[in-house]
Amino acid sequence: MTVAAITPRRWKRPPLIRRTWLRWTLGLGAAVYLWLAFGTIEVNWTRVSAGIPRGVQFFAAFFPPDFASRWGDIVEGIQESIWMTVVATIVGIAISIPVAIGAARNIASVPIYYFCRAILAISRSFQEVILAIFFVKLFGFGPFAGVVTLVLATIGFYGKLLAEDIEDMVPAQAEAVRATGANWLQWINFGIQPQVMPRMIGLGLYRFDINFRESAVVGIVGGGGIGATLNTAFDRYEFDSAAAILLVIIGIVMLVEYSSGYLRRWMQ
Amino acid sequence: MLRIHALTKRYRTGDLALKGISFDVPDGQVMALIGPSGAGKSTAIRCINRLVEPTAGTISLNDTDIAGLGGGDLRRARRRMGMIFQEYALVERLTVMENVLSGRLGYVSFWRSWLRRFPQADIDEAFRLLDRVGLVHMADKRADELSGGQRQRVGVCRALIQNPELLLVDEPTASLDPKTSRQIMRLLKELCTERKLSAIINIHDVMLAQMFAERIVGLRLGEIVYDGPASGLSADVLTQIYGEEDWSATIRKPDEDGEGKEETTNIVRHETHQPHRDRMAGLT
Repeated sequence: MTVAAITPRRWKRPPLIRRTWLRWTLGLGAAVYLWLAFGTIEVNWTRVSAGIPRGVQFFAAFFPPDFASRWGDIVEGIQESIWMTVVATIVGIAISIPVAIGAARNIASVPIYYFCRAILAISRSFQEVILAIFFVKLFGFGPFAGVVTLVLATIGFYGKLLAEDIEDMVPAQAEAVRATGANWLQWINFGIQPQVMPRMIGLGLYRFDINFRESAVVGIVGGGGIGATLNTAFDRYEFDSAAAILLVIIGIVMLVEYSSGYLRRWMQ
Repeated sequence: MLRIHALTKRYRTGDLALKGISFDVPDGQVMALIGPSGAGKSTAIRCINRLVEPTAGTISLNDTDIAGLGGGDLRRARRRMGMIFQEYALVERLTVMENVLSGRLGYVSFWRSWLRRFPQADIDEAFRLLDRVGLVHMADKRADELSGGQRQRVGVCRALIQNPELLLVDEPTASLDPKTSRQIMRLLKELCTERKLSAIINIHDVMLAQMFAERIVGLRLGEIVYDGPASGLSADVLTQIYGEEDWSATIRKPDEDGEGKEETTNIVRHETHQPHRDRMAGLT
């Protein structure tokens, strides 16, 4: 028997960073940075203690939520938000389908690919609120600016994810359709669309959900919809009405969430 | 008649997959293309319908020069060549019927195909073919609900509904069990005889190639090293194609012929008689 067989051989999982000095430098550096960062936060405890009762008062103003006095405005705002969501989702998806086809590396030629990727990158580079501020300045207050914002945001989201799904398709299925002598549109329709359809529907429902929530946000900066109603309620210090609006938004988001989840399961 | 002359394919990576191969396939001939992995079998078959662009050489199908075609002409040429794939390559989320009818895409307009309003003649033919392969009851099932053997039979229908002059068959049995493999090969052979179709079949299994093809072309590293009758495959020839190995168990002995004949008659019988449908269970 050899010595190696008798003495147990030790084993330790190799560390993520192999060089010892680098591992320790990075770890210590992070700790020091964190400590310094905490040091820059100035907390004025007298202001905190004075602010707590005011905060309580502020939250108390939300209760009980008042659905009655602004009910007409709430219904109007919700209706506007819903049609903004429907229009923005449908128009956005309609535009993003060709963009996604162009942005899928496995089926688009190089110049088209870069062009479509650029469209997606631009529409994804700004957050909805920033786009909404820009479009409100461009088109004026109202739901049109909100719809344009949501359409652009939808293109960036839906186009990118759909393009990725097209890139993940099974090439053999598309190749088989091409081998039959199908033209380009038939090839897309028979060879690719069936493969990405579940994802398209799932993403569409998900985006509908997001667009409804975002419609409340873009409204606050002047893009119309329930957000505008909410903003007005805050401006008038009608926190009980604002609470009612928030509850309605939560209710509708939950409704959309559950129904889209149900629809997606049913699709599988 | 398919004529291939000096077909060469160099991939962008620099690999020379085909080194100027030439062969003719007369009408009605079933030819097996054998060779080790990477010999260029798949490339050769895909060059014929231009799923892969050949680098040089000519391909002519009944006097149409396929290598020089583009756009609509290429699509019209493709519909004259039915292709059957390894792993079936059915569009899994489409129904069996849609998969079969997709073989007609080269003949119908986009709008008709988009609305799934195929001409009645195409639908009749699709049902006839599905009936021929014993799958008419599956027409509205989604393709991914089928077993391997069933899927490959749908793949055969999709190729045949094109009304092709030539079948290009790429490893039809690669993912099937031995029994189903034989059944699929026999079906292909029978259909080629019925329709006087010529076929090029890429196949790994030397025994199956010998059983069902009258002619064998052996490819090695992009060159043809054997072209002759199936009976001409000897241990020497196989060594030339695949390299040194003990081939004594691979080469088919003449006394196995009878077994093949008998099974053929069984297939015909149980396809015409409904009570024998349970025998099709072997195919499921």
